[in-house]
Amino acid sequence: MATLAQRSPEVEAEEVNYLNVEHGWKSWLLTTDHKRIAVLYIISITLMFFVGGLMAVLFRINLLVPEGLFSAETYNRLFSMHGIIMVFFFLVPSIPATLANFLIPIMVGAKDLAFPRINLLSWYLYIAGALLAIYAVVRGGVDTGWTFYAPFSTTYSNSYVLAAAFGVFTAGFSSILTGLNFIVTVHKMRAPGMTWSRLPLFVWSNYATGLIQVLGTPVLAITLLLLAFERIAHVGIFDPNIGGDPILFQHLFWFYSHPAVYIMILPGMGVISEIVSCFSRKRIFGYNFVAFSSMAIAVLSFVVWGHHMFITGESMYTGLAFSILSFMVAVPSAIKVFNWTATMYKGSVSFDTPMLYAFGFIGLFTIGGLTGLHLATLGTDIATHGTYFVVAHFHYVMVGGMVMAFMGGMHFWWPKITGRMYPEAWSKFAALIVFIGFNLTFFPQFILGYLGMPRRYHAYPPEFQALNVLSSAGASILGIGYVIPMVYFIWSLKNGPRAGKNPWGAAGLEWQIQSPPTTFNFDETPVVTEEAYNYGPLEEIVG
Amino acid sequence: MLASMRILADLPLFPVAASEQAGSIDALYWFITAISILMTVIIFLGLGIFAWKYHNKRHPHATQIEGSTKLELTWSILPFLIMLIMFGWGADLYYKAQTPPKDAMEIFVTGKQWMWKIQYPDGTREINALHVPVGQPVKLTMASEDVIHSFSIPAFRVRHDVMPGHYNTLWFTATKPGHYHLFCTEYCGDQHAGMIGWVDVLEPREYANWASGGASQGSLAEQGQKLFEQNGCATCHLLDQQGRCPILRGLYNKPVQLADGRTVIADDAYIRESILDPNAKIVAGFQPNVMPNFKGQISEENVIQLIAYIKSLSPSTPASQQGSQQPPVVIAPKAGAAAKPGGAAQH
Repeated sequence: MATLAQRSPEVEAEEVNYLNVEHGWKSWLLTTDHKRIAVLYIISITLMFFVGGLMAVLFRINLLVPEGLFSAETYNRLFSMHGIIMVFFFLVPSIPATLANFLIPIMVGAKDLAFPRINLLSWYLYIAGALLAIYAVVRGGVDTGWTFYAPFSTTYSNSYVLAAAFGVFTAGFSSILTGLNFIVTVHKMRAPGMTWSRLPLFVWSNYATGLIQVLGTPVLAITLLLLAFERIAHVGIFDPNIGGDPILFQHLFWFYSHPAVYIMILPGMGVISEIVSCFSRKRIFGYNFVAFSSMAIAVLSFVVWGHHMFITGESMYTGLAFSILSFMVAVPSAIKVFNWTATMYKGSVSFDTPMLYAFGFIGLFTIGGLTGLHLATLGTDIATHGTYFVVAHFHYVMVGGMVMAFMGGMHFWWPKITGRMYPEAWSKFAALIVFIGFNLTFFPQFILGYLGMPRRYHAYPPEFQALNVLSSAGASILGIGYVIPMVYFIWSLKNGPRAGKNPWGAAGLEWQIQSPPTTFNFDETPVVTEEAYNYGPLEEIVG
Repeated sequence: MLASMRILADLPLFPVAASEQAGSIDALYWFITAISILMTVIIFLGLGIFAWKYHNKRHPHATQIEGSTKLELTWSILPFLIMLIMFGWGADLYYKAQTPPKDAMEIFVTGKQWMWKIQYPDGTREINALHVPVGQPVKLTMASEDVIHSFSIPAFRVRHDVMPGHYNTLWFTATKPGHYHLFCTEYCGDQHAGMIGWVDVLEPREYANWASGGASQGSLAEQGQKLFEQNGCATCHLLDQQGRCPILRGLYNKPVQLADGRTVIADDAYIRESILDPNAKIVAGFQPNVMPNFKGQISEENVIQLIAYIKSLSPSTPASQQGSQQPPVVIAPKAGAAAKPGGAAQH
């Protein structure tokens, strides 16, 4: 990247920044600059995203015909690795490790995160975990689904369960370290005047995420270790044939993995708050409620895991408690959606590319959230559990929500990260393609689900074919929608027009420093005197 | 082209409803869907109207607004109240789904990689096929030989996981004769997608015809009795006098005093555990380590046969609990053989 910038004709004009200050692979692999580490993460998770995406393309091809085009074994390994890679190696680190890593120190007015070396360590742990997962793929894959349900994973599966599980285990520590770094940074590194009520909502949401990462991820690590004990040493923990109980696995697994769903969406909500505010030229509606709702989500997310187990035979009272708690966690999410919408009221709205993704996020997250009600309701969960309805629901939240937010955030802060603009027309076109492709892929799956089509079937009864073909067609469009930005982002590194400090006229400390920033972000520690999103009329900010 | 048009014309959008449960779950499903559509329309209209009306061409200067506590409370509390309706309605259906009627006909299901084995009280066995009469409540008692499976009949809107090491039950009353899918909906390995079958709902007369065609090896209880003798159970569990092990006559669904002071009901799950792992719960007055472990020695299907036999030693025990004051009645175990599926509820 740095070498590309050097060859640019405007080389004389380029200021010293974090990208060109040092050169060579060592300067990247041994860096402790949060911005360089963020770039390392962007490259790594993007690679993993395309690996996971390729698997999705392959199994959508398999599902074009009812009898399936590949063997059951191949299909099972494809969907399992797709889930594992997308959840643990893309969605969990997606925004925290990239955009938040880059932005949180700048947004709070600090030179770096609290523990720069630990930040680098977290990237190496991620890479170690990812290599283990890739090793599992290359050796032949794993066929347990991303949920690793025992006793199938511990006793019956003949695939590379341990390699994949240790990959996830290792990447988990990377996630814990990132969360820890954010929590300490937000507590201890805020610039003078940066009070809690002046923090950008992106910082609030990543702070809440950090709490979940630190408190929840160790339980995943414990669960995977117990899984390994049983698989290697046949210690009876989960398999009833040797004295264990499979329901215990589900309790432990979902104790992490439901909060993890919020690890995978809260940072995205933070991005949307920034974008909606900027492109409405208006302070966020109900700042306190939006900030508080992030914390409410973080807390409540820990007490809803049992809604994954309504039909395992858990007691009726357990079911009742988890059902009502699941409805409660829906409230803070609804608060956010209403506040984003209300932020546009009497704003001055423009449709730049990040805002298009924000529209996409709000719309798709709304649908994803509302269909969660069918699953939180005990009676209707019976009819939808384990079907494509669930698949559609969480893809609306995870892909329609989080991936949209990631794309929106990348388009919003790309000029800050690289100092370059990308082609506007292409980027709007790609946003549209993603939106259309997404809906075509996943909307038919709601219908398939209520019709009864089970998840994780490599072959299916012929009456489900039409909807599956629609879904596969949508997936190919969605795939194109993700490739286009890859192309123009890379193109823009060399050829994009220079962005300048503040191309969007946005409020926030990150827009007051040069693009790309210098290694230590600020020449002198900023003093904050105003709240976040202090948008006056547009002209004043730009001038 | 023609083919694809035909596929589109046949495009199913909503499943058939063929059980009493289906209607009530669909009603709730549509209620939640209607509320969801309403909320989606409100949000989308809000986004659309604000985006158009306050576009920077038409509205170049934003008016800064702090927020509104009143609005925040409204859009927090109002949706939650609506969700409480969903919760209560859903809880009611969940309770009903877990409470089979007392006169339900009992059928046994064993999930195994990758098939469903069905056992009827009259001893008939099927694989990946279930036959039930229309209008009759049916209770399925389900076990797994290996991993977790999930038994699902979409047309009935019923589903329950089948956890190894546990008995799980579900029930339904079919309302429409027909041929319906039966799926496994918990991923269980390679041929998960092949763990499917058909449910045939028959008119009562057709059902009686079908039932009379099966059963050659005696009723489930008779099969159990054979196993009971083959495995030497009868040497210690004497029928009418105290042996080294508890008397099983009159035991089913009665309270049992345990050596550790607890009292448990001798239901299917207790009897299953006492066969597979006899030391887990020792009856008061008896010694541990007398009976061998049968875990891994006999299949779940055999356990179901043994339970049916033990059940047949407690005549006229409905699925519900019975008072323990009822005197044990001596009957020949063969009595169970007379029951055809229609009358199976009398077991």
